[in-house]
Amino acid sequence: MARAVSTRRQVAVSILAWVVALAIFFPILWTVLTSFKTEAEAIASPPSFLFFDWTLENYGEVQERSDYFRHFMNSVVISLGSTLLGLLIAIPAAWSMAFVPAKRTKDVLMWMLSTKMLPPVGVLIPIYLMFRDLGLLDTRTGLVIVLTLINLPIIIWMLYTYFKEIPGEILEAARMDGATLWSEIVHVLTPMAVPGIASTLLLNVILAWNEAFWTLNLTAAKAAPLTAFIASYSSPEGLFYAKLSAASTMAIAPILIIGWFSQKQLVRGLTFGAVK
Amino acid sequence: MKKLITAFAGASALAFSVSAPALAETLTIATVNNGDMIRMQKLADDFTAKNPDIDLEWVVLEENVLRQRVTTDIATKGGQYDIMTIGTYEVPIWGKQGWLVALDDLPESYDVDDLLPAIRGGLTIDGSLYAAPFYGESSMVMYRKDLMEKAGLEMPEAPTWDFIAEAAKAMTDKDNEIYGVCLRGKAGWGENMAFLTAASNSFGARWFDMDWKPQFDTDAWKNTLTFYLDLMEEAGPPGASSNGFNENLALFQSGKCGMWIDATVAASFVTDPENSTVADKVGFALAPDNGLGKRGNWLWAWSLGIPAGTDSEASAKKFIDWATSKEYLALVAEKEGWASVPPGTRTSLYENPEYAKIPFAKMTLESINSADPQNPTVEPVPYVGVQFVAIPEFQGLGTAVGQQFSAALAGNITAEQALQNAQRLTEREMQKAGYIK
Amino acid sequence: MATAHSRTAARFMLSPAVVLLLGWMIIPLSMTIYFSFLRFNLLMPGMEEFTGFTNYRFFLTDPAFFEALVNTILLVVGVLLITVIGGTLLALLLDQPVWGQGIVRILVIAPFFVMPTVSALVWKNMFMNPVNGLFAHMAKAVGLEPFDFLAQAPLFSIIIMVAWQWLPFATLILLTALQSLDREQIEASEIDGAGPFSRFFYIVLPHMARAITVVILIQTIFLLSVFAEILVTTNGGPGYASTNITYLVYVQSLLQYDVGGGSAGGIVAVILANIVAIFLMRMIGKNLEV
Repeated sequence: MARAVSTRRQVAVSILAWVVALAIFFPILWTVLTSFKTEAEAIASPPSFLFFDWTLENYGEVQERSDYFRHFMNSVVISLGSTLLGLLIAIPAAWSMAFVPAKRTKDVLMWMLSTKMLPPVGVLIPIYLMFRDLGLLDTRTGLVIVLTLINLPIIIWMLYTYFKEIPGEILEAARMDGATLWSEIVHVLTPMAVPGIASTLLLNVILAWNEAFWTLNLTAAKAAPLTAFIASYSSPEGLFYAKLSAASTMAIAPILIIGWFSQKQLVRGLTFGAVK
Repeated sequence: MKKLITAFAGASALAFSVSAPALAETLTIATVNNGDMIRMQKLADDFTAKNPDIDLEWVVLEENVLRQRVTTDIATKGGQYDIMTIGTYEVPIWGKQGWLVALDDLPESYDVDDLLPAIRGGLTIDGSLYAAPFYGESSMVMYRKDLMEKAGLEMPEAPTWDFIAEAAKAMTDKDNEIYGVCLRGKAGWGENMAFLTAASNSFGARWFDMDWKPQFDTDAWKNTLTFYLDLMEEAGPPGASSNGFNENLALFQSGKCGMWIDATVAASFVTDPENSTVADKVGFALAPDNGLGKRGNWLWAWSLGIPAGTDSEASAKKFIDWATSKEYLALVAEKEGWASVPPGTRTSLYENPEYAKIPFAKMTLESINSADPQNPTVEPVPYVGVQFVAIPEFQGLGTAVGQQFSAALAGNITAEQALQNAQRLTEREMQKAGYIK
Repeated sequence: MATAHSRTAARFMLSPAVVLLLGWMIIPLSMTIYFSFLRFNLLMPGMEEFTGFTNYRFFLTDPAFFEALVNTILLVVGVLLITVIGGTLLALLLDQPVWGQGIVRILVIAPFFVMPTVSALVWKNMFMNPVNGLFAHMAKAVGLEPFDFLAQAPLFSIIIMVAWQWLPFATLILLTALQSLDREQIEASEIDGAGPFSRFFYIVLPHMARAITVVILIQTIFLLSVFAEILVTTNGGPGYASTNITYLVYVQSLLQYDVGGGSAGGIVAVILANIVAIFLMRMIGKNLEV
């Protein structure tokens, strides 16, 4: 390849990539910027991009009105709890499907995915009644259970595709050495699957963090996560763009930061077996 | 990666440990994220100081989300809330079901007779009060005095719809982004249908006749809708079909509307110099009429009710007594000024000479007093409610009809089609629900 | 490799997941089926009675039903088209050496981390609002009449919002697939004189087929139940212009509190989703050696 052409090309490609990336990112950037404006400036025409009086007023107001830390903690516990519980159930299941496939394995997997197609709005009332009777309304435990079940099919599928890529010979070799089933999973399989497990964990934390139907409908005060926090800033009477932006920034910042730091991990793992 | 997991685990361990057992009784209060309620939340320290054995948990949500949450909860007896913020639509329906605790034993000092009769009437079933009004509202005309003057017109205290149309056209200056009139267009039983149903009353229309037969095929409805569509076409802002209360408020505050017919509580927002660019130029008038004996204004009261079956009935009553009392009004006045006091609930407030200085006080009271939920329409109807029909089916029905009218405003369908669709879908629902055999 | 012993163990390990999911499916589903045959309004307790197929009849003959069905399909297909084509282009772009590649990638995947409700609120209020939105300001700046997105093109606007959220996901998966492409193969084809287009269509695209299948499958599952974006922005309107099946079920069960009607709608939605699922599996299952 000719290097001179390649440099010029790289300049062009870089510019294009940056323009596209900034365009895609812009709504988030705009939200963050708006969160530092006053309500009047947030709807000012024409809007100012950077040259306005930066203020932290909105963050103060949001913090005064709602307990961010509690909502944040609920989000952490619920999303992490449901993911860990999901992994606990999914790892054996995925292992068994990947290494001891039966005739019906593919059907079972597809059936699991199809349970995700149940529209949540259709079954809210039955679930609400069950939760009431079990005393699970407005508890973190209840939400952990629901979100685990909702995301379980995706977790199983992701893990299954990772496990599938691990060559069976390694396991057989381990077995020859007298490894038990358990030590086979713990000492041989799991270390090889760590990248896969890690990215499954990440993806599911993200999905659970952003889940807004069940988390909003099954909680009141005690277990309410950040999705409920947002709902107290959308469309009140009066101006609200700036406060909504501040609340939004606070709600998405943690997951955005985690996502960014673990970006490589996520990219590597998010294949669903799409890469041969 | 490992670090990340450790951090997560640490964080979750911390989260589990922070929930220490509470000694005091906890009241869970569900409320709307409107300014007056947020003020109540901020001032609630006053209540907890007086009642150290009661802790308050707030669930503050956007109106639609809140309504869905509390309705699901009370209908399934979920028991997640001790106090719910509900409106004049819910109270009659829920009260009849026995879902609310009657507030008959409020203390003498509460002075229940001080509540405005129109508001109290809407919250009373068979002589018992089922929710205490936190703030009450009607609707009225808010207009820009400067633009009115420029157009060479003078707003009467009780305008007719014809005058509104004339003034709207005269005030419109689209090149400078000034629109003669801003009205709700966003679909929803509490959005465009609140306005249109109330307006239709003054055109002699009604939702149902005495046999629960839908009336959208009548001339009265046709007049209402075509008047509204023509007016908005000529003098309304762009994108009106997605404008609700908030959108119009933002428009009016930034000086883009000549007139705005909406909730009386908006008056305190548009006259607030901190957020409104037109604060000193706003005048008020009664909602318009057509000389048929009914004005186009509604009646609503956000109220606090206690779901039956709560463990904390006594404490909940204490809180309601505090939040809707005369003392609370005085507390708000002392901390934030008279303009911020929750309006429209008590006679004594309007007799207070301090409060009478507020420019919108008189018009708010007159508007509330001129609404009659028991006899809302020119012709008799089998239902209660000015801008709604107090039957459980109305939320869905009102929103579906609102969608049709909103589509007509967006220009997707004609007024005739919208009314036909509204008639058909209302007939269907009423059949399904068993009102029409 | 599988002995009888390990087969038993495998079953044992699979069973918790199967039992849980079976429970999660069957218990609410059977309650929903039961409710769907009742006249059951949550706001009128004690009035429940058996009505046979009335709820189904009303749901299926609802004038909104057909429109919602079409909207559901348009929404899924529209978002899939944008994300698959856009994702492929983006993946090709990001696969090139770019200055600041790490940051570019971070910016591109960011929308995937944003809560659907937040993204809908932001798009609706700060971008698409015809008076105060940024698009309106931009239109006015160049002397155009602001376009009222949510009233004039509601479904299109929702497709844009949803596509924005899912584009990063598609890009990530497609990029990973692209990176696993054999460089030598490409270089060999270059030597053979293949142009960039034929190279793309004969080598790159076939290689990515599997990844595209995965994107379509996973996104379809999520897109069939798009709900928050509609609730927050258009409430399904104007008219029924942006109502999908999920939203229609929501209107029945949580706006009208008609649990019977909502349940019937829920069952219809499940049946439709399963038809789509079977269709998907048939069409693309071959691509996916699960």
